[in-house]
Amino acid sequence: MIGYPMGQYDVIVIGAGHAGCEAGLASARMGKRTLVLSMTLEAVAMMACNPSIGGSGKGHLVREIDALGGQMGLAIDQTFLQSKMLNTSKGPAVHSLRAQADKHSYHLYMKGVLEKQKNLDLRQGEVVEILQEESRVAGVVLTTGATYRCSAVIVATGTFLGGRIFIGDANYEGGPNGMAPSLCLVESLRELGLSLRRFKTGTPARALGSSLHYERMKEQPGDPVIVPFSFMNETLEKDQVSCWLSYTNEKTHTVIRDNLGRSALFGGQIEGVGPRYCPSIEDKVNRFPDRERHQLFVEPEGANTDEVYIQGMSSSFPEDIQEAFYKTIEGLEDIRIVRPAYAIEYDCIDPLELYPWLEHKKVENLFCAGQFNGSSGYEEAAAQGLIAGVNAALKLDKREPFVLDRSEAYIGVLIDDLVTKGTNEPYRIMTSRAEYRLVLRQDNAEQRLTERARSVGLVDDDRFEGYLQRKRETEEEIHRLKNTWVTPSEAASFLSDCGSAPIFSGITLADLMKRSEITYQGLVAIDTTRPQISRHSATAVEVQIKYEGYIVKQQQQIDRFKKLEHRRLPDDIDYVKIEGLRIEARQKLSAVRPLSLGQASRISGVSPADISVLLIHLERKGRGQKTNGPA
Amino acid sequence: MEDTIAAVATAYGEGGIGIIRISGERARNILSLLFQPAANTEEAPIVNRRLVYGHVVSPSTGERVDEAMAVFMEAPATYTREDVAEIHCHGSVISLSKTLALALENGARLAEPGEFTKRAFLNGRIDLSQAEAVIDVVKAKTETGFSLALAQLEGTLSRRIRELRKGLMDLLVALAVNMDYPDEDIEELEYKVLEERISSIGDEIDRLRATADIGRLIREGLRVTIVGRPNVGKSSLMNALLGESRAIVTEIPGTTRDTIEEGIQIKGIPVYLTDTAGIRATEDTIERIGIEKSKDAVQRADLILFMIDASQPLRPEDIEIAEGIGERKVIVLLNKEDLGKKVSQKELDRILPHAVFIDTAVPLDKGIADLTEEIVSQVNRGNVRQENSLIVTNARQKALLDIASSLLLDALKMTRERAAMDFIETDVRHAWETLGDIIGETISDDIIDQVFARFCLGK
Repeated sequence: MIGYPMGQYDVIVIGAGHAGCEAGLASARMGKRTLVLSMTLEAVAMMACNPSIGGSGKGHLVREIDALGGQMGLAIDQTFLQSKMLNTSKGPAVHSLRAQADKHSYHLYMKGVLEKQKNLDLRQGEVVEILQEESRVAGVVLTTGATYRCSAVIVATGTFLGGRIFIGDANYEGGPNGMAPSLCLVESLRELGLSLRRFKTGTPARALGSSLHYERMKEQPGDPVIVPFSFMNETLEKDQVSCWLSYTNEKTHTVIRDNLGRSALFGGQIEGVGPRYCPSIEDKVNRFPDRERHQLFVEPEGANTDEVYIQGMSSSFPEDIQEAFYKTIEGLEDIRIVRPAYAIEYDCIDPLELYPWLEHKKVENLFCAGQFNGSSGYEEAAAQGLIAGVNAALKLDKREPFVLDRSEAYIGVLIDDLVTKGTNEPYRIMTSRAEYRLVLRQDNAEQRLTERARSVGLVDDDRFEGYLQRKRETEEEIHRLKNTWVTPSEAASFLSDCGSAPIFSGITLADLMKRSEITYQGLVAIDTTRPQISRHSATAVEVQIKYEGYIVKQQQQIDRFKKLEHRRLPDDIDYVKIEGLRIEARQKLSAVRPLSLGQASRISGVSPADISVLLIHLERKGRGQKTNGPA
Repeated sequence: MEDTIAAVATAYGEGGIGIIRISGERARNILSLLFQPAANTEEAPIVNRRLVYGHVVSPSTGERVDEAMAVFMEAPATYTREDVAEIHCHGSVISLSKTLALALENGARLAEPGEFTKRAFLNGRIDLSQAEAVIDVVKAKTETGFSLALAQLEGTLSRRIRELRKGLMDLLVALAVNMDYPDEDIEELEYKVLEERISSIGDEIDRLRATADIGRLIREGLRVTIVGRPNVGKSSLMNALLGESRAIVTEIPGTTRDTIEEGIQIKGIPVYLTDTAGIRATEDTIERIGIEKSKDAVQRADLILFMIDASQPLRPEDIEIAEGIGERKVIVLLNKEDLGKKVSQKELDRILPHAVFIDTAVPLDKGIADLTEEIVSQVNRGNVRQENSLIVTNARQKALLDIASSLLLDALKMTRERAAMDFIETDVRHAWETLGDIIGETISDDIIDQVFARFCLGK
């Protein structure tokens, strides 16, 4: 094959999945000439597994992506089939939005956004080589020989890279959803010095909805009032489609147990590490023998297809066994499977090799995002894509990297976990991973992030003005509620209607709202001067007033956290030469190269004594020139 | 704002003067809370760099803890370049640890080993050329401090803390699963259950705080009880430990008819020593009262010294006493071994599996040094020779237990108010981490591991 020049870009994104799309859009929106390459354009923003966006923790990520000017929230608001706010019985910090997506519409919508984006070209093509000049990326070569020069590359290869499919005994090279894998690029990445490893994941079968007996299952409808993902959307209306709940039973488990040897997972063919939170049904039955049943959800794949997704039933059994056990399930007796469940193994890197701005430590201007970094999930991928895109653009402009810390965003938690602690399985975000959860709520994502994103050029005027408007009305409304008094006689009948204790002297509306039985919405009955405010702002007002005390408490923890986080470690620090550090700490610090003392303190194997030693070392080296401020 | 830190700044010892140093923004405030200048002092209570005579007084109880001199030094002309307060009190364990505990209760945090020096350096007080030395100090002290703390924790305390943490972990896992997996087929965690569990763990912590209370150790000392059948030499031992004859010593069994109690110090550790009447079956009423008291003293003891006449074969009474001791912390003294040893350790191993055995001949002063050494190490797990480690680690543990306890109290209050579970979780998690700090275990990924180990989750 003879290479030939095809053009020049600032940034080239390899892959157009959820990471690649956000990466390309962010880079282009920051004014960089950007090329997004995909093995096939059918794979743009493809949802290869479950047909939903959001959920616990993940919903937070989508809100944050939106607040940063990303596309995912807008895309799902445009293409959802059903929407649900989960966890509403629990605190506001863990309320999580989840929407069922029309997969095909989602793909088409996102493809359209990329096609229309200024500075962005979307092309079909398989990258087989990343060119390097003086340890810096210089371009990419496609299978066709087409060669594009560029200043930065973002790798977002998902499960395509080195993909191998497992169904029962059978295994073969393959990408997701019956697509071709990307095999040649693996060698090129190795030559660049990246150490690759194997992870695996799996997906359940797809069946025809018309073959199922819905009357034997339990309906799972959407919420009556739809809360949009994007702050840009005030309200959404939709005729929603339901999901359906059923359960496995003893017969199902017997089929599975009797055939365990024929599962690729138990037959020993799979070497990749799979995620614990996404176990196959054989894994569940095997590990929890006492469970009499496991639940499964039947979810629509789209409005214009009869295909449904059987959530909870991923498997690597051969097709005959899959069919046999699906048919034991109530409602699925006559199931007609159209795509079998499969497991897929793929190549990814150890994220400890990345800087927090997602640039690879070994190759300058090589950025990485999504499953390639060892994560899992559309939302996790999109979040990293956006951060990689922003940072590729900033790097080319020689500007400071854009890094969110653990107290600013779930995105910060996600990336800090990956690059500081590493991961032994495909990493999924969870609210329990966030220490400062009470502050990292989905209702305040734009208050946390939009101004920062604006300062690097990610947020357009339209969004920014909307944000300022909501911010102003939220602040004014809180101020008003704190300064509006009601008398005992004004409140009496309202309080008794709410089953709330009477008051004996004047009280502010804000103080009344702190009672658990009184909501902002309910309070309107005695709140005669209330202005019209947007729904996003109303939620923010409610949460900020009701939970003020807790939030203040957490803010104090954050202030302590920030102190170490703001002590930056210089780039040229040679840990091996620092007197007093333990050997293990020297090795770990040299490998991770943390940005700040805070990050250093989270590395496993670095003790508080080592941090003291570092602190003293820093003081000694840089007395009088302390670097303060976030990375 | 940096925390305000406090510690015992002088080498520890009996008698003389000991200094509690407090450094940080709240130093002045803390000093004014716990130090009362003498009534006849005319000057304003806290004047920069002036040593004032007065008393250390507990702000909560009004109890006078010690007579002391105190000085306040304003930043930056101090060792740490922060505001520093020093309280010069009597050098005994009692006054030093009580005063330190008061400082910790009133807004100071216990200083990490070497932390004053570290602050001095970081605030530019110490010359650059001394940096290496500072690293050495911090490292040495941190490591010693840590190993001391760990050594001390090998016993019951760490076991109980691990149990408490396990209980909290169960709660955290239940909370995490409820929050992170709203859709899964998992039982909802009910407030009622949550309330019961938080409250029972909180009670456990409070019981532990009571036993780990340095106040108790200081007020009453370590409760050491001497037991044994009549005439094996218990009173002689008591006298040897007291250094003077206080109990009556005769050759007639049963001379010590009541329990005799004395406060002494063994290498600085306050010890509350009880000599019991010999335990044996008896018809004598007075003696029986004494024996009942003895049994009671055994039950209350922190440490039992079980004395056996090793020159004679074991008697049924010896076995009976041993069985009464069972699993309790005990040192067995094989006394009169100079008269020919007829009892072997093996005979008692089965009944007293945790006992330590020491050969003694009390009148010849043989084995007494070994015994005091062993008492010290039983308390301290062999580390009392290191400065004031006992007080320090105790104060640290106590402070952390106090924090954990108050966090759980907050969590309980919120649970009763039916506050959102994720708020409750924040305090429960913080309590779990705080207990982890006591035993040096704080890895929050544990929660996620446990979630997956215990629940069947995922699509």
